[in-house]
Amino acid sequence: MTGTAQLQTYDFAGGEYNFAYLDEQTKRMIRRAILKGIAIPGYQVPFASREMPMPYGWGTGGVQVTASILGKDDCLKMIDQGSDDTTNAVSLRGFFEKTAGVRTTYETSEATIVQTRHRIPEKPLREDQIIVFQVPIPEPLRFLEPRETETRKMHALEDYGLMHVKLYEDIAKNGHIATTYAYPVKVNGRYVMDPSPTPKFDNPKIDRMAALQLYGAGREKRIYAIPPYTDVKSLDFEDYPFEVQKFDMPCGLCGAENVYLDEVILDDKGGRMFVCSDSDYCEERRAEGHTGPMAADPAAVHIGGGKQEETDR
Amino acid sequence: MKAFQSEDPLLQVRNVTRYYGDRIGCANVSFDLWPGEVLAIVGESGSGKTTLLNCLSTRLAPTAGAIEYRMRDGAMRNLYQLSEAERRLLMRTDWGFVHQNAADGLRMNVSAGANVGERLMAVGERHYGNIRATADDWLGRVEIESDRIDDDPRSFSGGMRQRLQIARNLVTQPRLVFMDEPTGGLDVSVQARLLDLLRRLVADLGLSVVIVTHDLAVARLLSHRIMVMRHGNVIETGLTDQVLDDPREPYSQLLVSSILQV
Repeated sequence: MTGTAQLQTYDFAGGEYNFAYLDEQTKRMIRRAILKGIAIPGYQVPFASREMPMPYGWGTGGVQVTASILGKDDCLKMIDQGSDDTTNAVSLRGFFEKTAGVRTTYETSEATIVQTRHRIPEKPLREDQIIVFQVPIPEPLRFLEPRETETRKMHALEDYGLMHVKLYEDIAKNGHIATTYAYPVKVNGRYVMDPSPTPKFDNPKIDRMAALQLYGAGREKRIYAIPPYTDVKSLDFEDYPFEVQKFDMPCGLCGAENVYLDEVILDDKGGRMFVCSDSDYCEERRAEGHTGPMAADPAAVHIGGGKQEETDR
Repeated sequence: MKAFQSEDPLLQVRNVTRYYGDRIGCANVSFDLWPGEVLAIVGESGSGKTTLLNCLSTRLAPTAGAIEYRMRDGAMRNLYQLSEAERRLLMRTDWGFVHQNAADGLRMNVSAGANVGERLMAVGERHYGNIRATADDWLGRVEIESDRIDDDPRSFSGGMRQRLQIARNLVTQPRLVFMDEPTGGLDVSVQARLLDLLRRLVADLGLSVVIVTHDLAVARLLSHRIMVMRHGNVIETGLTDQVLDDPREPYSQLLVSSILQV
């Protein structure tokens, strides 16, 4: 994280960016919101979200949080739907490479800051790591109660009956809790929180995670946080307890079980395979010699890619 | 119907006044309501009935006056000195509010079962099977078939919606229910059925009810006592039969004589 809070001089005419794009005053404002968020786990702290040079929906909230906590020595990993090399991840990684010049990586264990969209890495995070989530809609009650004044009051009074109405509806309509992502959780026994559109498969990872979790919603102008080792409970019913998705086959490439899998369509004849959504995890396993049932398939070789390019600067 | 169950009033209203700027909504209304008693507030449109009801149900703060309610522990508490959290808890456990337009009192985009179960979940019920069984039981009590439990209220007729709203309010066994023209906008045969149902539920559960209506027939069927309002003031109050059969004030006489006879 940056050491100095004083204004740095930078030269617009020369086309120079301030370190990590945002000016120091803005970073300071965002850090204050982050600190408040850490102090009240799960509480949505309003902040003066800035216009970023990318559209809303690309992760402007996460980018602002990352920019505020980033230091010159940090090593950054960007995840989009578990993968390091899809559009969103590539663009945002490029953004920070250009504006901050920090080291970036594909490897979860090497990163000090992981910014993610939709997934939490399979490999457990450590105390010296921070994970930043990009959040589209921070308010878990939003689709049940459209009024912001009312939802704030509901949070203040811990009036969360409505959240269970949604889960009740799920069971009534589908026979089980059909919410599979953005699955509501109760943080530290107090605030109900939306863990951003991560699959509920990742909810157990949020509970008592060693790393600090920061959530940024740029368009909605909210920041919230879960400090390390905080209890996070997924909401459920006594007779319909929370459970995560299960896959009846291992990863086609690396053979990993109990990980979150993506379906990949191979051709237009019904050919498909399931592979690890966390691409770094999958590659690491393959490098260690694990192979899945479809690893030799020519289509799989294409999907799995050749050797990973060197991204470290 | 069940007679008054206790010597102590459930609700004590003293000099409740509500101004809208210079205009009077209701002025100097005082009354006591006893457990098990049904009080009808009647009067023409604009007479301050709904303003008064909103003041009583903490939906609208009165300009002056005091409203005290006997909590379940027996202590009288001033409603407007309760904290917001206490007031909310009161509204979803000990009280009910039946709106004239059922859509105002229901969640139109969740199923009937969830509508009835919402209050249970709000007070901490976390067992799906129990919630559903209770909801089913209550739908039965308000004459909605079990196979409609997973349907949206949008697919319900006006009368069914109103009955669903009543079930949703009564599921936590409230002691006091406010009703704002519960039969308004329903055709007469549906009205008659709803009134029948209400009368039975009120008697069975020993509810206290404050009901606002402009329909004297509704007042006659449901209420023990009547308050006649005009221009924001209570002009006459007494037992229902007494007021309707032998109105004292000229305005009450006018009101009673304006009922159409068929």
